[in-house]
Amino acid sequence: MSDWIAIAKFDDLPRMGARVVQFDTVRVAVFRTSSDEVFAVKDACPHRGGPLSQGIVHGTLVTCPLHNWRIDLATGEAVQPDRGCAHTYQTRVEAGQVYLRLAAGKSAAATESCASHA
Amino acid sequence: MQKMKLVMVGNGMAGMRTIEELLKIAPGLYDITVFGAELHPNYNRILLSPVLAGEQTTQDIVLNSMDWYAENGIHLHLGKKIGRIDRKRRVVEAEDGTCAEYDRLLLATGSNPFMLPVPGADLPGVISFRDISDVEAMINASSQYRRAVVIGGGLLGLEAANGLKQRGMDVSVVHIGSWLMERQLDEPAARLLQKNLETKGLKFLLQKQTAELVKGESGRVCAVNFKDGDSVPADLVVMAVGIRPNTALAESAGIHCDRGIVVNDTLQTYDPRIYAVGECVSHRGVAYGLVAPLFEQAKVAANHLAEYGIGRYEGSVTSTKLKVTGIDLFSAGDFVGGEGTESLVFSDPSSGDYKKVVIKDNKLVGACLYGDTINGAWYFDLLREGTDISQFRKTLLFGQHHLGDSGHGPAEHVAALPDKAEICGCNGVCKGDIVKAIVDKKLFTLDEVRAHTKASSSCGSCTGLVEAVLAHTVGGDYSAAPSKKPLCKCTEHSHDEVIAAIKDQPLKTMRAVFDFLEWKTPDGCASCRPALNYYLLARWPGEYQDDAQSRFINERAHGNIQKDGTFSVVPRMWGGLTNPRELRAIADVAEKFKVPEVKVTGGQRIDLFGVKKEDLPAMWQDLSAAGFVSGHAYGKALRTVKTCVGAKWCRFGTQDSTGLGVKLEQLTWGSWMPHKFKLAVSGCPRNCAEATIKDFGVVCVDSGYELHVGGNGGIKVRVTDLLCKVETEAQVMEYCGAFTQLYREEAHYLERTAPWVERVGLNYIKGRIVDDAAGRAALFERFKYGQQFAQVDPWKERAEGVDAAEFQTIRITA
Ligand code: SRM
Ligand SMILES: Cc1cc2nc3c(=O)[nH]c(=O)nc-3n(C[C@H](O)[C@H](O)[C@H](O)COP(=O)(O)OP(=O)(O)OC[C@H]3O[C@@H](n4cnc5c(N)ncnc54)[C@H](O)[C@@H]3O)c2cc1C
Ligand code: SF4
Ligand code: FES
Repeated sequence: MSDWIAIAKFDDLPRMGARVVQFDTVRVAVFRTSSDEVFAVKDACPHRGGPLSQGIVHGTLVTCPLHNWRIDLATGEAVQPDRGCAHTYQTRVEAGQVYLRLAAGKSAAATESCASHA
Repeated sequence: MQKMKLVMVGNGMAGMRTIEELLKIAPGLYDITVFGAELHPNYNRILLSPVLAGEQTTQDIVLNSMDWYAENGIHLHLGKKIGRIDRKRRVVEAEDGTCAEYDRLLLATGSNPFMLPVPGADLPGVISFRDISDVEAMINASSQYRRAVVIGGGLLGLEAANGLKQRGMDVSVVHIGSWLMERQLDEPAARLLQKNLETKGLKFLLQKQTAELVKGESGRVCAVNFKDGDSVPADLVVMAVGIRPNTALAESAGIHCDRGIVVNDTLQTYDPRIYAVGECVSHRGVAYGLVAPLFEQAKVAANHLAEYGIGRYEGSVTSTKLKVTGIDLFSAGDFVGGEGTESLVFSDPSSGDYKKVVIKDNKLVGACLYGDTINGAWYFDLLREGTDISQFRKTLLFGQHHLGDSGHGPAEHVAALPDKAEICGCNGVCKGDIVKAIVDKKLFTLDEVRAHTKASSSCGSCTGLVEAVLAHTVGGDYSAAPSKKPLCKCTEHSHDEVIAAIKDQPLKTMRAVFDFLEWKTPDGCASCRPALNYYLLARWPGEYQDDAQSRFINERAHGNIQKDGTFSVVPRMWGGLTNPRELRAIADVAEKFKVPEVKVTGGQRIDLFGVKKEDLPAMWQDLSAAGFVSGHAYGKALRTVKTCVGAKWCRFGTQDSTGLGVKLEQLTWGSWMPHKFKLAVSGCPRNCAEATIKDFGVVCVDSGYELHVGGNGGIKVRVTDLLCKVETEAQVMEYCGAFTQLYREEAHYLERTAPWVERVGLNYIKGRIVDDAAGRAALFERFKYGQQFAQVDPWKERAEGVDAAEFQTIRITA
């Protein structure tokens, strides 16, 4: 359990927006969708490293602000025909508090889908 | 719950496109079964011509492979022709007895080639040109026989003749008319075409009526006899005299047909469970024989099958191209002309170029091009949009001047470009990349090319070239965009329909727009949300609550995002004027926040680059304390007002251009626009402030002020049009406000004034701004009303704590 870190109050996450969490040199974008789901993705677009946290969120996708790639927040994968994958992290919401799990680096699902593009 | 059953009859281009569209928007809604009379999976019928000519193989032209059907769970029955529909029991039955039940039935049976009812039409060696088996028969014949006769000098006939010639046959084309392709070309163009084909070795027999096909000793056809007594020998006869919608099945089931299966605007037949698309259909009395309109039908039919219930098919304008390598022709609309029309013609027999455009009431109604066809797509757009062309009538024949960017002259043929020629400068896409994607991925439309290659997906200036590459690669007129362009993939509605609904309904929140217009996605996308946010903001100032999450990051963070994720800060400098105190304040801020680079912009102010997002509010606080407001250098908003020194100092100055520029900027700053909006005021016609490439430019003269609109100095340079001349500064302010407001209310989001003025026509704008004094005053009032809410400095607000979280990073230390 110790690798879960409390990062923010759920209410402090903007709906259809993101907050950036910086841990050491790693920047993680924590998103909240219109249906109040929370996702965490490394804040670097698989295209040219654009800050995904600054993109427009729609459904469970974010459109990167630099060149409009669309990234699936759940898997980190770019929507076809673009190809690439951003690392994802696990999140949890409990009692109005958002937790982020950094230790594992990335979730199993993301590892799999990223691997398929390697 | 059990899925509904959808059965499709006719495994061809229109039907399968409908299924693909349906799977895109409502996967899993139906259990799908497809019957096809041919033995092949869906292939690109259009490319039978290159296959016949030996330029492609049948393998190359498959659109949906057998695996594709399996992956999408579609039950496919090949080689099974449906012979009966039992509408009571909702079952279709194939000739071999295979049955399938349906909840919805889609008929896409295409058309049948028309065979002339002359004696001998059923002899061996007499065939049509419609499917793979016909092509195989022709290829076979070409290896055994020598003499081919093609009856019909239309599109299909000429493509067949060219293919057979390529296969080494001796080919004559028989045509009843006095020139080739008379439904697509006028006589001069057709003569050029004929000459060109003759140099390739084809022979032509014009104004000949076929009387009978003669049986040879072997029992195979051996000659064609004409009514005038002439005769030509023939070992192979290809009939390409037209097509007839294939309605036999529908008719036998008692579905109303009248030269096609009759459908309404939602592609429903008289039996509401049964839909029909493609060449078999008659819509508003028209049966189409080209894919572009059929694909539009497919889209609408899929939408209704998916039970979204929006979108109507309202008919199409079509254009024509011939797929014979080395021959470029294009025609659309009424290219013959007649009563009440005027024609502009350019003809250069030595180079083989011919261009004709037909104009009626200042609108393009038809075009016919031979040789240099690169402007075909542009004419086609003008035609469909009904653009007023009076402003550029003189140069109309020479085409869209700035097709492509500055590097590509209009005369340059895409065909001649090498593969490594860069077509899209923004995304670095070369011609070869585009061609490869079109071929490998079987792309049909501009949108698909954009999605797969990114070409033309950014600034769009290369759209004409990409369309030309597309047209050249696939030959057909695929690239023809639908007659109505939806705002984005989340909706069927166009910009104009959305703008009208927001105003008329009235709709005052984004949710209301999504609900009322039945948006297909839960919360839109990065294209439509910013557009809707703008439309709502512009229509309901003071009422609509701006939605930060629907704004592009630049407008959300009030600075331009840079490639490294930092931001730039450009404070407003009214009319380009500054003073030592302001400059000192900027210098202090730059030092305090360790700004890596300071630059004078092309818009007469100062840019501070490389600022960290977290530092923005504090920096704005200092700037705000020194009296600066945001320069909106990041927004679809009023940008700069450039001025020159003017009468105050300049020996040529006629009026106080600097002072007027400051007043105009004070009037207009803060306003949100469909796109960026720039002003300039020059003190005399030497025009040092470059007013004639601005959205609204003022050129001062002794007797007053010339007002210019619709200029653009960016991607495609466009010089302004002169709107009118006025006498006082107060008038300049009123006209400027009114013009700005008209643009704000009516232009499409992301449409700058230059394309907007070209789309609606200068006369329309003059009518609203110059001729209609009351209308102008009302526009100006609405502009000023909206400005009350818009002229709040976003930087000051944020320096005081608005949206604080937007600028803060959550830091975690180990
Ligand atoms: C800073 C500046 C260049 C400079 O160092 O001088 C600049 C910088 C950018 N321009 Fe510009 N333009 C600048 C003056 C111009 C001018 C000159 C002018 O205004 O007189 C033009 C041509 C005039 C015109 O707009 O018609 C110009 C035509 C463009 C265009 C093409 C617009 C078009 O309609 O064709 C774009 C692309 C776009 O807007 O889509 C663009 C886009 C950009 C962007 C916003 C690119 C981007 O999306 O990141 C650049 C932002 C840099 C930044 O972070 O600040 N910039 N840009 C100038 C800022 C002026 C200011 O004070 O606000
Ligand atoms: C050689 C050639 C070149 C062409 N070039 C161009 C061009 O350049 N540009 C352009 O836009 N268009 C072109 N066309 C026209 C274009 O191919 C057609 O408009 C398009 O294919 C029509 O699509 P469809 O689905 O309506 O019919 P089809 O594609 O013909 O599909 C109908 C299918 O239904 C099957 N079928 C019919 N009845 C039954 C039944 N009872 N049971 C089961 N199956 C049945 C047929 O066998 C056929 O496979 C060309 C056509 C040809 C033949
Ligand atoms: S500042 Fe303008 S011209 Fe220069 S690179 Fe950026 S967009 Fe291009
Ligand atoms: S960096 Fe994200 S789209 Fe280019």
